[in-house]
Amino acid sequence: MHNFVSQIWPSIVDGTTTGAIYALMALGYTLVYGVLRLINFAHSEVFMVGTFASLFTLHALHINYAPGGIEAIGVFAAITIAAMAASGLVAVGVEYVAYRPLRKRNSSSLANLISAIGMSFFLQEVFALRYGRDLIPFPRILLKNVLFHIGNAEVRSDMVLVVGSALVMMFILDRFVNGTRLGRGIRAVAQDASTAVLMGVNIDRVITLTFLLGGIMAGVAAMLYGTFYEVTQYNIGFVIGIKGFTAAVLGGIGNIRGALVGGFALGLVETFGGAIFTAQWIDVVAFSVLVLVLLFRPTGILGESLQRARA
Amino acid sequence: MAISKVREAALPSLLAASGLIAAACGSSGSSGSSATTNAPSGVSIGFFGALTGPNAQLGINIDDGVKLAVQQYDGKAGLKVSLVNLDSQGDPSQAPQLAQKAISDKLVALVGPAFSGESLVADPILEQGQIVSVTPSATNPALATKGWKFWHRIVGNDNAQGPAGAEFIVKKLGDTKVAVIDDQSAYGQGIANIVRQTIPTLGGQVVTSQSVDPNAPDYSSTVNAIQSSGATAVYYGGYYDAAGRLLKQLRDAGYQGAFISDDGSLDPKLISTAGTAESTNTYATCACGDVSGTPAGAAFVKAYQSAFNTAPGTYSAEGYDAANVILAAIKAGNTTSTAINSYINSHSYSGITKTITFTSTGDIQGGGIYVYQTSGTGFKSLGLVSKLVG
Repeated sequence: MHNFVSQIWPSIVDGTTTGAIYALMALGYTLVYGVLRLINFAHSEVFMVGTFASLFTLHALHINYAPGGIEAIGVFAAITIAAMAASGLVAVGVEYVAYRPLRKRNSSSLANLISAIGMSFFLQEVFALRYGRDLIPFPRILLKNVLFHIGNAEVRSDMVLVVGSALVMMFILDRFVNGTRLGRGIRAVAQDASTAVLMGVNIDRVITLTFLLGGIMAGVAAMLYGTFYEVTQYNIGFVIGIKGFTAAVLGGIGNIRGALVGGFALGLVETFGGAIFTAQWIDVVAFSVLVLVLLFRPTGILGESLQRARA
Repeated sequence: MAISKVREAALPSLLAASGLIAAACGSSGSSGSSATTNAPSGVSIGFFGALTGPNAQLGINIDDGVKLAVQQYDGKAGLKVSLVNLDSQGDPSQAPQLAQKAISDKLVALVGPAFSGESLVADPILEQGQIVSVTPSATNPALATKGWKFWHRIVGNDNAQGPAGAEFIVKKLGDTKVAVIDDQSAYGQGIANIVRQTIPTLGGQVVTSQSVDPNAPDYSSTVNAIQSSGATAVYYGGYYDAAGRLLKQLRDAGYQGAFISDDGSLDPKLISTAGTAESTNTYATCACGDVSGTPAGAAFVKAYQSAFNTAPGTYSAEGYDAANVILAAIKAGNTTSTAINSYINSHSYSGITKTITFTSTGDIQGGGIYVYQTSGTGFKSLGLVSKLVG
């Protein structure tokens, strides 16, 4: 406790950074839930595949150093696109293999849940058998230089990259869903699926698009995770997936801006929980806050608003 | 009904068959000894551990070390020593009958049991049969607390790593402000708790104490706590993957002090996870010794290589030393188990891994813990902690 004051600023900086990754993950859960009323438990593996995709891109480009200037931009563009493509494809693939056949047969939501868990195990084991169960290190592609200080906290280049990229992606997604014709389709299905079909919305295409968008966000999260933590593993998505789901519920599941709020809130609650009560209490504090928020606001901080949005 | 009858009929015959197999294995293992047990000028010693089964490699490593010691002994002395292999398959349920066999074969002493699980079952029987046992590898601390008179251990137990790590930090590195972190596992937290208790007794101070989730991706709150505590050394109780990630995040945040962990972290993967530059000033303790640095150790490696066409494995050198402790007693003219027992309890033996002196509980004096430092992408031995701080 006596050291707490000196940890306030570092906790804010670190909580914002991890919160940005949680928020990107939360978007995947929230989009799918908004449209299908379904928690996609295979989303953690969508993230995992993204980390491997960015790692393999680095291997393919023979990048095991921190590139500078124009090369750095090229490398980051390459690993971002690779991770977004891989995660997006896996997310759409999961929908096609695990959810669509069940949906066509009007199966129960429990069947969907089991199907999602099955996909999750399948993808984990494929990667574990192919690439082993040990941590696989990333090369350092971004030098962790201190750029500036906030209070007594150092703000490093990788933190700026994580928070900046996450905010940009969330802004683009928000504009896409709220400002384009395709986005209107998503909102229409979220609001009332059967009416949307009667109005001429192709529901299968909307669902595919929703999974694709969630996957792309998970891919960006995966690229940022790889750059920031510099490791991956077959089960790397598990904890991040739980946190992303928690953030989505905290912010209001089904609500895109809620995912953003929930992600940053969860990141900050965790680092402050750790700073005040030491590390073994992080999860206790985080989930106590979640329960308290849900007691007073059962639909999360911002509420479930995707389906109520007006076009 | 018909099916269950078949099952009932099949079960006893299966049991009988497995018994036969066990008996067959046992007799083949002891064939060398039966000819010599009655000879007046010979004694039999045993090796007790897994030679087949899923964990056999460790047993084979030890057994080869024992074989080499016996071979080298036979060349020099008049009294003939023969070796009996007791293959436990690493299975505690096999251990009682093997311990009985050691008694009926009139072994005076044995190297082993190799594993802690089989030790807990076999050692009470060996104690009753008054057979000297010297284990080179069973590190469960509880084994030393049973009051066994004929039991000995030549490696440091799991608990010895804690005090050794604390001594190394405070006395050798000179760091008195220590952050102690663990992974909440029985192993990691157990060792870290001993470090927490030991550091104040050495004049140091535990400035922050945290338990992390080894599966969590982010340790920033722990890193911040360590940074603001002013710790100049971090002790981590746990395994290499979380240790590597914690170390990386510490270095990223600008921490430059020492990082010390246990044998769960003594793996090159610690360095590949944290990064080579991040892994400087990083240490790990282990009961396992690296013998290749000394002339006697190098001679052992060479002899082992030529005898078995492979380099010594984990605990090979300890197996060799354990056998030599017993052989030194026999060489001094002790041919009964009680005589051997009192000889090794009262004499030090200078082995290739360390000087072996037993405490009254049968554990090795000084803990027998080595410390390793990162060097490039691997670890190099700095030697025994007791020597470094002594």
